[in-house]
Amino acid sequence: MSIQFKTIKDLLTMLKNKDISNKELVKDTYSLIKSNVHLNAFVTLNEEMSLKKAEELDKNKSSGNLAGIPIAQKDLFCTKDLRTTCGSKMLSNFIPPYSATVIENLENAGCISIGKTNMDEFAMGSSNETSFYGNVANPWGSNLVPGGSSGGSAAAVAAGIVSAATGTDTGGSIRQPASLCGITGLKPTYGRISRWGMIAFASSLDQAGPMARTAEDCAIMLNEMCSHDLRDTTSLDEEIPDFTSDLSTSIKGLKIGIVKEFDLSMLDNSVAQVFEESKKHYESLGAEFVEISLPNISLSVPTYYVVAPAECSSNLSRFDGVKFGKRCENPQNLEDLYIRTRSEGFGDEVKRRILIGSYVLSAGFYDAYYKKAQQVRRLIKNDFDNAFKKVDTIMTPTTRGAAFSSGSKGDDPIQMYLEDLFTIPANLAGLPALSIPNGMVDGKPIGLQLIGNFLQESKLLQIAHNFQISSDWHLKTPSGDIN
Amino acid sequence: MSWETVIGLEIHVQLSTESKLFSGGSTGFGAEPNTHVDLIDMGLPGVLPVANKDAFYKAIRFGLATNAEINQTSSFDRKNYFYPDLPKGYQITQMGMPIVGKGSIKIMVGDQEKIINITRAHLEEDAGKSIHDLFEGETGVDLNRAGTPLLEIVSEPEISNAKEAVAYFKAVKQLVTFLDICDGIMAQGSMRCDVNVSIKKTEDKELGTRAEIKNLNSFKFIEKAINFEIERQIRVIESGESVVQETRLYDNVKNETRSMRSKEEANDYRYFPCPDLLPVVITDEELNEIKENLPELPGQKEKRYISEANLEESEAKIISSSKTMANMFEDACSKTDDSKLVANWLVGDVSALLNKDNIDIEDSKLTSINFATLIERISDKTISGKIAKSVLEDIWESGNDVDNIIKEKGLVQIQDESILESIANKIINDNPGQVEAYRCGKDKLFGFFVGQVMKETQGKANPQSVNEILRKLLN
Repeated sequence: MSIQFKTIKDLLTMLKNKDISNKELVKDTYSLIKSNVHLNAFVTLNEEMSLKKAEELDKNKSSGNLAGIPIAQKDLFCTKDLRTTCGSKMLSNFIPPYSATVIENLENAGCISIGKTNMDEFAMGSSNETSFYGNVANPWGSNLVPGGSSGGSAAAVAAGIVSAATGTDTGGSIRQPASLCGITGLKPTYGRISRWGMIAFASSLDQAGPMARTAEDCAIMLNEMCSHDLRDTTSLDEEIPDFTSDLSTSIKGLKIGIVKEFDLSMLDNSVAQVFEESKKHYESLGAEFVEISLPNISLSVPTYYVVAPAECSSNLSRFDGVKFGKRCENPQNLEDLYIRTRSEGFGDEVKRRILIGSYVLSAGFYDAYYKKAQQVRRLIKNDFDNAFKKVDTIMTPTTRGAAFSSGSKGDDPIQMYLEDLFTIPANLAGLPALSIPNGMVDGKPIGLQLIGNFLQESKLLQIAHNFQISSDWHLKTPSGDIN
Repeated sequence: MSWETVIGLEIHVQLSTESKLFSGGSTGFGAEPNTHVDLIDMGLPGVLPVANKDAFYKAIRFGLATNAEINQTSSFDRKNYFYPDLPKGYQITQMGMPIVGKGSIKIMVGDQEKIINITRAHLEEDAGKSIHDLFEGETGVDLNRAGTPLLEIVSEPEISNAKEAVAYFKAVKQLVTFLDICDGIMAQGSMRCDVNVSIKKTEDKELGTRAEIKNLNSFKFIEKAINFEIERQIRVIESGESVVQETRLYDNVKNETRSMRSKEEANDYRYFPCPDLLPVVITDEELNEIKENLPELPGQKEKRYISEANLEESEAKIISSSKTMANMFEDACSKTDDSKLVANWLVGDVSALLNKDNIDIEDSKLTSINFATLIERISDKTISGKIAKSVLEDIWESGNDVDNIIKEKGLVQIQDESILESIANKIINDNPGQVEAYRCGKDKLFGFFVGQVMKETQGKANPQSVNEILRKLLN
């Protein structure tokens, strides 16, 4: 029985019924990775260790909820004794001595970390074209980008290689590739999942989350990924519910907000049409639509591109060639060591953001840029607080369009930055948001974004699951020949 | 023309917490390089800091003892710069919301009191150490110290000369050691300071341009560096040039300060709130508990020594001036009923030796246990006071154990009256002339006989017994 395109739930049943052994599952997964090598979804494989773990599971049954499930881990999470590159040349030789909390949590639940997925360098990018390890192809068409930065994870799930993968989302890096690859991806509330062991891009925005074929699988993953972690002081000390328990509860009477300021005429006609159809679908499920206003929402992208680069310029200072990672050949002196190590080790997009970040934090500019951006961020948060007094969730398209061809936005960073127009606000406000497939444009999948109030992941997953049990967009599998 | 000097100090006090400010790494001094370093101290990708509450408690003690505002909500910022011994490429410090706000401290300059206002005291992490002289053509980095909690105490520019600066530094040192928040061992870098110096004409209202002298770690260097810097600035201005704002380093071999970097070359530290750390909130309960458990401070000890141990005010002042000496006093008093005796030794012989070597008691080889034993041996008459002086001198040089010194050198006091009597008889028989003269009324000669007995016993005779025996035999 093929394991391709199976959900976590399917695989757990197959394992339980002994339709497949743990070892066969892992072996089949690696076969799929090899037959999909053109996707370039993985940077590092963990084959030997994974087979060993599977064999152990075949011998000794594990009590973990996800025992034996192969998971693709974004190469941004530190994995003990397994190379972690963050998509960068800078860390091409970095083997962490410890694992991220997310990795520990999933492995404690019995997951098998099958390999590390390709990504935009240090999670900076929306097309997976900034990775030092090469572009990732979208399973729907090899000339299409998978989105980014969690492009390798999205491609691995979309190609049916793994049922689920981990991602991280700083401005849309889970939701945008989920949209472009036709899968489901959730960015939880900031602080829901520990950041310990996640290589930081922008600390106040970074949040890990699950990427899977269904909302139900995302809920299953989220159950294991969350924990209150004393090693991360921004980790929330909040009760962690069973995210699967309310999935099937009806959404009759649910109030869905539509953002007045997001003018759908700025979208492709067909994207707007898909969005309208989803509205009708939700109406048929008993939901009501309410227009809400987020007056400061248009400031999201500029605010994000001050805050995120500022934090990244500081977070990436540790990559200096002194202690770990790449060091330039024959440094002549300290300054030469710094300049050449960082010039050679970082790609253009990372350098661009370090420059922007250093600029907005520098003396004389701090008040005008960074401080102002933080004030605007507060206003955007307040806009959401007000909106959630009226509605249960806010619905937007996830992206402005479907997957674009690689190289098509390469020369214009602003065009690329606008890819995250709809996704950035949830990061700025620290709110949970997910993307589910809701239609096709020119044979390519596209996603619908649902933003929830603080800690309302369960509700988001319920709304998404209700959609998925009454539609089949999430069941479409890529043919691979779309241009 | 008369010049006025304006000085401000930034004192870095290493807080004596068990673990580092943001990690579980040990703060112990003197370990092999890079052995007290955990993932966080190394700044590995993906690690996160967690603030050590104990450092806050210790900082608050300082705030309370200087009548300062305590900011029950304080937060951390990042100070960004590149240096090999700064593993993350930024230092986590408190720029915007320091734990301790405005306060003040009393200093003594000679017998003059002066109040120095403190602007703020904030927590920050120490950097590691770069080692330039161990490897040919390469620099080594030791991260053991990286992440050690520092309390940076910033004074107002209210200090008028080098002597006052040293007095202020000493007052801070006295306070932090009494508060048990720092060991005060300057030789291990537990206290260091940066000094801002500027001069102005007496009639001028505006402050002059300041130079900052970095990283001074002894009273002597603070004094010398300031005095050199004042002279230098006067020379610069009197030659028609102006002082430039810059950072300078003090060279203790040449006794001069040298420019390190000018204002133009200064780093732009790009401070911003550290997104990894939430503001730290101290509850009223926590604050009250710290207040209630504040250790006894020098002034309180002084009063108690006068009222409970019957010391003179001058004695009580000297003994309570240092935590180490106060501890020695209290430890030794537990071995004898004679607190005056203990005070006499500390204020007399011990202080004299300290003055001779120009060091602080914590830098001497005399330990509290050894001193207490010395007092015990005097009290139980094992040794005489005179012998005790030579034992103290021995400890001062060797640091040896009191009982070992007494045993090895055979210094136990001779108490046996029959032995002393036979020695006294021998002296009387050997000196008939002096006996005759004494008995004819030359009373002063009594001392001669005592001296002879002492000489014969190499000072080990119990002086009281000798007096009694001689009186009996001679009269």
